Amino acid sequence: MTFETSIELLKFHNVAYTIYALLIISVIAWFAYNLTRETKARPLVRIPFYGYIAFLVAMGVGHHIFTYNAIPWVSEDIMRHHITPDKTFEIKVANHQFNMPKKMEIKRGEKVFFDAKSDDLTYGFGIFRQDGTMVAQMQVNPGSRNDLLWTFNECGEFDVMSTEYSGPKGNSMHVKKAVIVTGCETKGVQS
Amino acid sequence: MSFKQNLLEGTNFNPSSLTALQKSILRAVVMSFLFYGLASIEGTLMRVALVNPSIPPINGSPEHFFSIMTVHPVIGIFGSTYQLVFAAFMFLIPYLTKKPLYSVGLANFVWITITIGSALAWIAAFVWHYAPLYTLYWPLPADVDQFSTMGGIVFIVGVALIMIGTLAFIYNIYATIFARVGVHANKTTKELLMSGFGIDGLLNLIYKLAGKPPYTKEPALSLPVVAIFRGTVDTFLDALVILAAGILVLVYLLADSAGVHWDVHAIDALLYKNFFWWGLDLVADGLVLIYVAGSWYLLATLITGQKLFMENVARAALLLELFVSWMVWSHHLLSDQGQPEMMKLISGEMVTAFELLTQGLALFITLVTLWRARPLKMTMELKYLLGGLVGFGLAVPAGIIQADMGLNRVLHNTQWIIGAHVHIAILVGLYMTLYSAVYVLWPMVTNNTKLYSTKLANAHFWLHLIGGIGMGAFMGMAGLEGMLRRHFYMDGEYQTFMVLAAICAVMLVAAWVLFMINIVMSIGLKGLLGIFLPAEDNTATYGIDPQPAVVVTQKKK
Repeated sequence: MTFETSIELLKFHNVAYTIYALLIISVIAWFAYNLTRETKARPLVRIPFYGYIAFLVAMGVGHHIFTYNAIPWVSEDIMRHHITPDKTFEIKVANHQFNMPKKMEIKRGEKVFFDAKSDDLTYGFGIFRQDGTMVAQMQVNPGSRNDLLWTFNECGEFDVMSTEYSGPKGNSMHVKKAVIVTGCETKGVQS
Repeated sequence: MSFKQNLLEGTNFNPSSLTALQKSILRAVVMSFLFYGLASIEGTLMRVALVNPSIPPINGSPEHFFSIMTVHPVIGIFGSTYQLVFAAFMFLIPYLTKKPLYSVGLANFVWITITIGSALAWIAAFVWHYAPLYTLYWPLPADVDQFSTMGGIVFIVGVALIMIGTLAFIYNIYATIFARVGVHANKTTKELLMSGFGIDGLLNLIYKLAGKPPYTKEPALSLPVVAIFRGTVDTFLDALVILAAGILVLVYLLADSAGVHWDVHAIDALLYKNFFWWGLDLVADGLVLIYVAGSWYLLATLITGQKLFMENVARAALLLELFVSWMVWSHHLLSDQGQPEMMKLISGEMVTAFELLTQGLALFITLVTLWRARPLKMTMELKYLLGGLVGFGLAVPAGIIQADMGLNRVLHNTQWIIGAHVHIAILVGLYMTLYSAVYVLWPMVTNNTKLYSTKLANAHFWLHLIGGIGMGAFMGMAGLEGMLRRHFYMDGEYQTFMVLAAICAVMLVAAWVLFMINIVMSIGLKGLLGIFLPAEDNTATYGIDPQPAVVVTQKKK
């Protein structure tokens, strides 16, 4: 199982967490009901104490192992300084404004390196689809390196927004259709 | 009794019968719930503004919106939860250790200082629109181009006062625990320290595995006291970090007001972020989780009147959480690309995952303790305790999921983290646990004052539970669709979720109003005033009742 785009991951996450949320609410509700009954309730499952601990450890560790293997940008992110990008865009941020190429044109599948620098405050650099969903983001701190390697597996026009609060003036840091990805036979995700 | 008579006199509340300890606690509780109301109204104003930005009082002004967002957590966390938790613990420590509180005067100093500090921070945001948010990312709090210097100075002085009050609470707690009187007259400092850190529980477990007799059959401190002891270590470290950051900001602001403009970039923003998050995270991941675990254990044992299941494991887990809480701050910096990858992997992901274990353990131990005592009567305190368990059962995994390099890339700073994780953890997990404690402590602190209405208490419970989970869930869903947490959307984006979240926010305010009506009708306006009048009885402890009212309630069934 591999997630090509962030939207696939978020949909999966939405379903998985909703199921979990309903499950934990149901378990406590069942528990509360049986806690008050005179007749002895029969547990649906018998969970041994140390088995439960092992389950928690497995879930905590397994979650990261799963995402490392299923989400392609994790290993790319860790190794980004050892990967030669197909394109590099330099982004300068100061006085609540992005200073970057007017149109960042990219071919689908290219590895793109966004290199951002802030001259004053802490900002964010986020790429968003036209429906408002997020493609990816990073923080842009002054005085340190802020770089993101990203492979676009989808086509379309994307907005850039600051994803970190930098004072009320930062609320208007929104550049429409700053990133354009082409190279798909049809619009959207190509398998 | 007529409505008017209830409103003035209460049910059977007599403030002149209260000891100095009881009065100091009740004063803090009153201030805590007033600040809670203020925080919930502020939150609702923001939620409504995200539905219709031009609605008063925000009137489409980002300056106003973000000044509310800045002070909302200060009022909610410090003005309300800190006060309530500190008050409960300054009552419980004497009760559980059977020793008087070190100083009632200091307890009064705590609530007065935190109340004034919270009010000053609020005034700074209301009058000067000082709005660097609670994260205070450097150099924003010292940005005099955007914010008023005077507003910043007042805000920082307010926060500093809150931290001074916090340090006074810490001193009071440790001075009481280490006092060699009563049952601890013959205990050594080493014994109390070993017990306070949970080391005796760990040694008991190791000795048991080695087939030896237990290290100690009767630990010096009971388990809830251990949790308070442990959580207070993090409260102390957190207060130092926030004070240090406050002093830094204050120095820059004072220099600016003297006409000296220092280079803000002399301070490394990422290093500062690490330092500040290390401290702030001690509130979220250390203090809250430990205090809450300890409160669950205490409530479960008080409600059932039985011993805690797996007590030694619980003691050892509290020790584990000590180290875990100090090493997890990097999960807030997974999107900071200058942060070393190993710190992200080890601190941000792996150590953070241990919180699933420690909180999962606390949940399991509490549930089994309750289960072994069934059948139980569904009292208000039990109902709220179960609500608290649901809250953390939902919120902890929601946070752990995001503490991952893959998911953080698409969830950081969205409404997911502040809704599904933070607000459900605080409103449902923490507050419902605190309400359970309020109902348990109510007869002890008010000398068995009769609650005005159980129907109102039930209505409060359901409105708070559904409103809290609903608001967090709808904010979380908006976050999954890309909605940022620190952005004032003004073009009708994410409307469906925002309308639903605003309805839930109104339910939360309504719940608070019902709760306050119930409390005021129980103690009466005269009683409310009487709480703030000097106590005639200077006793600094509470009579040890071997059969607290909650246990009696269960046994009557």
